[in-house]
Amino acid sequence: MNLLVPLKLVPDLVEELTLNEAGTDLDRDALIYKLNEFDDQALEEALVLKETTGATVTAIALEAPEIDQVLFTALAKGADRAVKVTGDFEPGIDNHAAAQVLASAVRGQQVDLVLCGVQAPDDLDGQLGVLLAGALGWPHISVVSGIEPDSAARAVRCHQEYAGGLMALLETELPAVLGVQAARQPPRYAAISTIRKVMKEKQLDEVAATPGDETVLRLQVRRLFKPVSRAHARMLEGDVTRQVEDLVSALSERGVLKVSV
Amino acid sequence: MAGIVVLAEALSGALNDVSLELLSKGRQLATALGQPLIAVLVGDGLDAIAPALQGADRVLLIEDPALRQFTPDAHEHALTAAITPLEPRLLMIGNTTAGMDLAAGLAARLKWPLAAYCTDLRLDGKELIAVAQLYGGKLFAEVELASQPVIVSVIPGSFPAMAPGGTGTIEHVAASVEKSRTQFKELIAPEAADVDIRKAPALVSVGRGIGGPENLGIVEDLARAIGAEVAASRPVVDSGWLPKARQVGKSGQTVKPKLYLAVGISGAPEHLQGMKDAEFIVAVNTDASAPIFEVAHLGVVADALEFVPALTERVRAGA
Amino acid sequence: MADATRPIFEHLPAWMVVSFYVLVVVSTGLFLFGWAIRARKYLRGRAVPLDQLPARFVRAARDLYSSRTIGHRDRFAGTSHALILWGFTALFIGTVILSFDYDILRRLFNGYSFYRGTFYLGYKLTLDILGLGMLAGLILMGVRRGWFRLFRLDYRRVDTRPQAPRRLYRIGDWVFVGWLFALGFTGFLLEGLRIAADHPSSASFSPVGSVFAAGLRLVGLQHQAGAIHTGLWAFHATIALAFVAYIPYSKAVHIVASGVNLILRDRFAASRLPAPGDQVVAGTLGDLTWKQLIALDACTKCGRCHEVCPARASGAPLSPRDLVLDLREYADRMIGLRTPVTDRLAAAMPAELVPRLAGHVIPPETLWACTTCMACVEACPVGIEHVPLIVGMRQTLIETGQMDGNLQTALQNLGKHGNSFGTSPRMRGRWTQGLSFPIKDARKAPVEYLWFVGDFASYDPRLQDVSRSTARVFQALGLDFGILFDAERNAGNDVRRVGEEGLYEMLREQNSRALAGCEFAAIVTTDPHSYNTLKKEYSNDGTAYQVLHYTELLAQLLEGGRLKFTRPLSQRVTYHDPCYLGRYNGVYEAPRALIRATGAELVDMPRCRANALCCGAGGGRIWMTDNPGQERPSEQRIREAMTLPDVATFVVACPKDVTMYAAAAKALGVEERMQVKELIELVETAL
Repeated sequence: MNLLVPLKLVPDLVEELTLNEAGTDLDRDALIYKLNEFDDQALEEALVLKETTGATVTAIALEAPEIDQVLFTALAKGADRAVKVTGDFEPGIDNHAAAQVLASAVRGQQVDLVLCGVQAPDDLDGQLGVLLAGALGWPHISVVSGIEPDSAARAVRCHQEYAGGLMALLETELPAVLGVQAARQPPRYAAISTIRKVMKEKQLDEVAATPGDETVLRLQVRRLFKPVSRAHARMLEGDVTRQVEDLVSALSERGVLKVSV
Repeated sequence: MAGIVVLAEALSGALNDVSLELLSKGRQLATALGQPLIAVLVGDGLDAIAPALQGADRVLLIEDPALRQFTPDAHEHALTAAITPLEPRLLMIGNTTAGMDLAAGLAARLKWPLAAYCTDLRLDGKELIAVAQLYGGKLFAEVELASQPVIVSVIPGSFPAMAPGGTGTIEHVAASVEKSRTQFKELIAPEAADVDIRKAPALVSVGRGIGGPENLGIVEDLARAIGAEVAASRPVVDSGWLPKARQVGKSGQTVKPKLYLAVGISGAPEHLQGMKDAEFIVAVNTDASAPIFEVAHLGVVADALEFVPALTERVRAGA
Repeated sequence: MADATRPIFEHLPAWMVVSFYVLVVVSTGLFLFGWAIRARKYLRGRAVPLDQLPARFVRAARDLYSSRTIGHRDRFAGTSHALILWGFTALFIGTVILSFDYDILRRLFNGYSFYRGTFYLGYKLTLDILGLGMLAGLILMGVRRGWFRLFRLDYRRVDTRPQAPRRLYRIGDWVFVGWLFALGFTGFLLEGLRIAADHPSSASFSPVGSVFAAGLRLVGLQHQAGAIHTGLWAFHATIALAFVAYIPYSKAVHIVASGVNLILRDRFAASRLPAPGDQVVAGTLGDLTWKQLIALDACTKCGRCHEVCPARASGAPLSPRDLVLDLREYADRMIGLRTPVTDRLAAAMPAELVPRLAGHVIPPETLWACTTCMACVEACPVGIEHVPLIVGMRQTLIETGQMDGNLQTALQNLGKHGNSFGTSPRMRGRWTQGLSFPIKDARKAPVEYLWFVGDFASYDPRLQDVSRSTARVFQALGLDFGILFDAERNAGNDVRRVGEEGLYEMLREQNSRALAGCEFAAIVTTDPHSYNTLKKEYSNDGTAYQVLHYTELLAQLLEGGRLKFTRPLSQRVTYHDPCYLGRYNGVYEAPRALIRATGAELVDMPRCRANALCCGAGGGRIWMTDNPGQERPSEQRIREAMTLPDVATFVVACPKDVTMYAAAAKALGVEERMQVKELIELVETAL
């Protein structure tokens, strides 16, 4: 079974997010990027499936600054191939366009199952995985965990998680796209020396992007803004003893706690 | 092109809150734009639920045994067939699990633009504007919904819920069903929980800031001392420190206790979604800029490992 | 007495003499065979160069015969062992001389012998006295082992492994002591019998023998002396030769292996880990160097490392002794030496084709429990270097991702942001904003001292206060200093000791690039961990950087008269030697001179200087979940400080120490009673 894991870089929120002059986008020069945490989960789930079922894992990403490191890390973790889709993509390319590009790359490969991160922090126009499925015309399921291919690798079972801990066991034909919420184990660590070794020994496959479907209309972002917190908690001051006292008084006053103050 | 269409959801046979929240905002927009408000519901045996949606002008029920349980493929197909002829101005979908599949899935099939993670919708003169949440709530985008039709997916809890019931017409629409590539196998209820955290009057909720499962003891002590139950954020449950039944948040439970004491929880939007309506929220965190402090009523910047035992001791001393 | 001598083999029937020589051949053969097997083991190790052999030899001989390493902090054991060692050496040389004279010299040179006259008398006297010393030493050791109930001689395991038959170890120990004692005792008995029978005039030169002879006369055995002598002689010869054969197969192997290891040792092996090109992951047995394999054999199970290990003391499943023994037994098994001990170990391992050292032979939790404090290396009398073994094995665990989740997060943060906190590198210099004066940017202007601040001192709020104190002191002293601001990264010392060599390389490259763009005379640092790696493991195109710890710098200024204290303190304080400053780099005096100069009265804790107890944060442990177990080493240390009368201040010279000990004092509820202060805070107050 051939698994494909699309990887996307997103701004690392450790830095303050600053806006460009027009206020319509982030100041991208000031950003550091990291791999979308859910894509990391999808990659881990794919690698576990490789270990348990012998599937092959291909990581794929659109060309972007610092993307090579991410693709080599995927190889270091155990992916069989890493594909970089080359092209001149605008920074912060929206998911519709990215999905079109990825779809064209997928059609050129032998792919049975796409494991995508369920969402990313900048999914303004919808989740990449679902849009990719739409572009390919494949079935999709989001918010998935516990993926099990059937023995013939013609179908896959997974759990879709709903609110309140409720889950449904669904089975879908392949090929399909699944939006992974959580892998069955935390994403593994790739030692830097392993990554460096991989960088020396292996190559990234490169695939040129074919122009996407331009008929999709894009929504205009008028402006970006930082939230103005309308409310804020009253902060208790002082050392721990004082804070505890104040809290106990407040709770007593409200009748939530019955203690003598 | 006319009509505000709201996609309602009733996965476990009961209408979820988001449907009514969308209806109330939908009604506001429909009135302002002078357009009909249409509620759409897909499933089977929906007669009992339909009246709740009668706050809309029309309630369209798309029923078929094959659609009884949610599968993205079948529901999307049925909705595509039913919604296309409506030619609406706006299609509103709640950002639930099903909503995530359907919003982007319909956007792709119908080739309509989509604005996701919206927290507000309003009219700016004639223009329809959506406010969408990005980067875990650190940034918001004002999006012009200029083209028609357009889809928005809305974060639950963004709008007040409309009271169920009304005078809208209930219509049965023939469901377009084809062999779905995805099959429903079974529903898995959450593990029988020893406690229903939704019923607890007070909750002490633990997040990653507690450090590790070895520190859960102090939280349990506090909960016992103040008569509360222990709850948790998603990372704690994912790490296996506490069972899923105790999870509060988007993929856990939504709770509204009298007291919600959040310990070591930073306040990611998915978590806030599950507890922001609690009556009294107290947050303890070492990070003064943690988002939890924006929904909390009282905040304590302190190390949980220090604060919690001190609080327990004080409560026990004064009991 | 010119012709005083003793005929060899006197009174012995010919067949006995022949048998003797046959036994010599057999025992020598067994001895050599035993060593051949061991040599095969050593040869399977990785080759590494050995330099400065003569100097090493001299140093090892001195250490051995002065009993310095054994007597280190244990006078009793030192004295007893010295007696045994000198006695055994003398007796050994004596036998060699004898056999050389008798078997070689006389045969080759027609009966010429020097074993007569003055030589003979001197020889007898020396051997008698030293031989008695050996017996005395053996008795003392027996008493120590049997009566003193020493913790370090308790062989129980501290990890979850099934208790291997440690009874066999104890039996082996007693056999060894008893055997040597029997040898010495029967030797003196033989001497006594001869003197009792022959009454030689040289008897006065054999005082001990004479005493034995007197004893024999007392019990009236002097008449059967001849008959007893023959039988006893056969017995003595047999057990002596059997002992020789026994050496390579038993605890007695340390007679050779320990001495050799003292020649091979590199006390700072942990301090200066091999350069990345030379570094090899200790994945399987063959990755250990031949030096390390010999070191494993040198272990005598003395238990000192087991006793001083802070991880062991806090209940973690790490015993440096058991680590060495497990590796040794595994190695023995691999070359086919099977004993119940090695079998038991093998049973605990999975049936893999090539078991990995880390994970299969040594459990991961054992390896992760180490704080790399080097107390084990410091305490080891035979020069075993435990820490590089552990670090080498940790590299396998890192490669296979077998680590604590918190450690993984810390490493990912270090990789992405250059600090373990996951905070932006741009915030690194923020702490300087609390100062009333600007700090020079070493990237832009030349400075005399480039101050390498370190992660904790830059990002932790409590430690940022300490950094500001330091800045104020430097400023007040008129020092020309600057910092790297955003360009500084974690120096990588602990990253290396955790086993992430690749990440260490990356951090070192980044720091080196930043340093290369600066002009400075020396690096000064407030963090002993950074100090160690900057000084020993970084290089400026081949030459080492000049690196000072701030206490060294201030002590220099003190000596030069540039540092004067105008408001002397009057408290009694105690000082904790940081592992990476003290044991690793020998800086003990500078901080003490500073403390005393401030006017404070310094009272050392019982375990100080090279024997200081680690706070438990090193080796990446501060990034990992706490070891489950009993009391943390930092808490034990605070308790130790509280035993000192009238001491209410605990002075440290390392940022991580401040964090660990402040937390410990709080956990024990004594933060009022014992205040934790960084040395610079004392300096600032007294300035």
